[in-house]
Amino acid sequence: MSRAATVALVDYGAGNIRSVAKALERSGLRVDVTDSPAAVRAADGVVLPGAGAFADAMATLRSSGLEEAVKQAVEEGRPYLGLCVGIQVLFDEGEEHGITPGFGVFGGRVERFPENDAEGARLRVPQIGWNEVRFQGEHPMLEQLPARDHYYFVHSYRPVPTDSSVVAGVCDYGGNFAAAVANPSVFAVQFHPEKSQHAGKRLLDAYRSWVETRR
Amino acid sequence: MSLLKRIIPCLDVDKGRVVKGVRYVDHVDCGDPVQVAQLYDAQEADEVTFLDITASHEERGILLDIVSRTAETVFMPLTVGGGVRSVQDIRDLLNAGADKVSIMTAAVHDPDLVAAAAAKIGSANLVLAIDARAVRDAGEERVPGRWEVCTHGGRRPTGIDAVDWADRMAQAGAGEILLTSMDRDGTKQGYDLELLRAVADRVSVPVVASGGGGSAQDLAAALSDEPEGGHAQAALAASIFHFGETTVGEVKSALLEMGIAVRPPSPAGEGVHESGPGPAGS
Repeated sequence: MSRAATVALVDYGAGNIRSVAKALERSGLRVDVTDSPAAVRAADGVVLPGAGAFADAMATLRSSGLEEAVKQAVEEGRPYLGLCVGIQVLFDEGEEHGITPGFGVFGGRVERFPENDAEGARLRVPQIGWNEVRFQGEHPMLEQLPARDHYYFVHSYRPVPTDSSVVAGVCDYGGNFAAAVANPSVFAVQFHPEKSQHAGKRLLDAYRSWVETRR
Repeated sequence: MSLLKRIIPCLDVDKGRVVKGVRYVDHVDCGDPVQVAQLYDAQEADEVTFLDITASHEERGILLDIVSRTAETVFMPLTVGGGVRSVQDIRDLLNAGADKVSIMTAAVHDPDLVAAAAAKIGSANLVLAIDARAVRDAGEERVPGRWEVCTHGGRRPTGIDAVDWADRMAQAGAGEILLTSMDRDGTKQGYDLELLRAVADRVSVPVVASGGGGSAQDLAAALSDEPEGGHAQAALAASIFHFGETTVGEVKSALLEMGIAVRPPSPAGEGVHESGPGPAGS
C-alpha cells in the first residue's frame, strides 16, 4: 500500500480529541484533526468523537458547515465512525438541554435514561463503567469483531431509534438500548473505544480495515 | 443489569511525581505517573485516578502535561482531581485528556460550582469527592449514622453532614460521588461499609468507595449489594497495588470467585501493550 488511509477527526471543541487521535494512529490510520469542512470532504473516512452536550455539539457542527460536510461524506459512502456524541447527533433530535434537531441520518431521539429499570428498581444515571455489547446484523465492521465485548461507557443519554433494523449492538442498562447503530456507510457507538483497552483496539482495527477496503 | 463493578488504582501526584512509593515499578522509574498508569493499564484496571496534591496552583501546568502524556499512551479511562477550583480548571483537564474531573474543597466553598459546571460540561464527566469523618460526641464516642465533610486532608471539619452533602451535590449535577472515609484512609482495615451504604442508598448516581481497602475481601465487601455490603459501584485503592502486594488481575480473579461481577482479565497473551512497562509474563 502506498500510504495509510487518512481519516478526518472532526474537532468541534468537544474536548479529549487527543486520546481518539492517538488510538486511531495506533490502529494504523493517518489522522487529520480538523475543523475544516474541506478536509472532511477530502478524507477517506470521517470520525466524529464526543463528550459533552448534544445541543452544544449540534450548534457548533451546524454553524461551522461541518454538518453538511459530514452528511455529504456519509452520502458518498465514505466510512463514518461515531463515538458517544458522534452516535447521538446522527438522530432526528436530542432532548439534552431542550429539544435540538440532529443530522437526521437515523430516525429517532436521544433520550435520558429512565429513573427506574424494567423491574422498577432505581437506575443510577449516568451509566459509568464497563458493560457488554452484543453485536447483531451484518456490517463490514462486524466481520472483524467478536460477537460480544466489554467497552467503557460514560453517559446519561442514549439513542432510541425508530427503526430497530439499524441497531448493530445492544447493551443492557435498565433494559436493552442501542449501543451501536449502522448503515452501509456508518458505524456509530455510544461507548468509548479509545478508552476500552484491548476491546477498543479491536474495534478501531476493524474500522481501519473498513476504510482501507472502501477507498 | 450487566454494568460491571470497577477497580480503580489511585495515584497521589505531587509536582509531577507519584509520591506514595510504587515499589512494583522501581526498576523502571517509581515516580513517573505516566509509567505507573501504563502499568495499571497492562493489568487491565478499569480506570485510573490521579490525585494532585501539589500545594501551589502555579504548578498546574505540570499536571496538565502529565494528563496529556497519559492520554496519549494509555487507552483507559482517567479521572483527575485535586486543586480543581473553577469550571475553567475542569475544562483544561478534560481538554488535556481526562475523562472525568473531581472537585472537592471548591464545592464546599462555592456550593453553586457543581451546578455551574454541570450546565457547561454535563454531569457524566463531573465527580464530587467527599472526605468524610465519623462524628464523635464530647466523650469521643462515635455518633451512629453521622459523618461530616472534612477538607484539608481530613484535618478541617466543616460541620456539613456527608450523606446530605452527597445527595445535594448529586441533585445539583455531580455525576459520581468519590467517597473517602478519613477514619479508614491508609489503615487497610477495610472500607467504612456503613458510610458507603448510607450514601449509595441515598443518591441516584454511582458511588466510588475509598479509604481502607487492604485486601480483595475488603473490595468485595465495599462492592457487595447484599444488605451488609457497601453497595458501591467502584472501589478505589492505592497501597495494595502500589506496593506490589497484588495486581489488579489477581484482585479481579478473587472478586469473581466471591461473586462480584467485575470485568474478567483477558486471556493470557492477548495484550496490546507492546510499549508498556508491565512486568514480563504478567
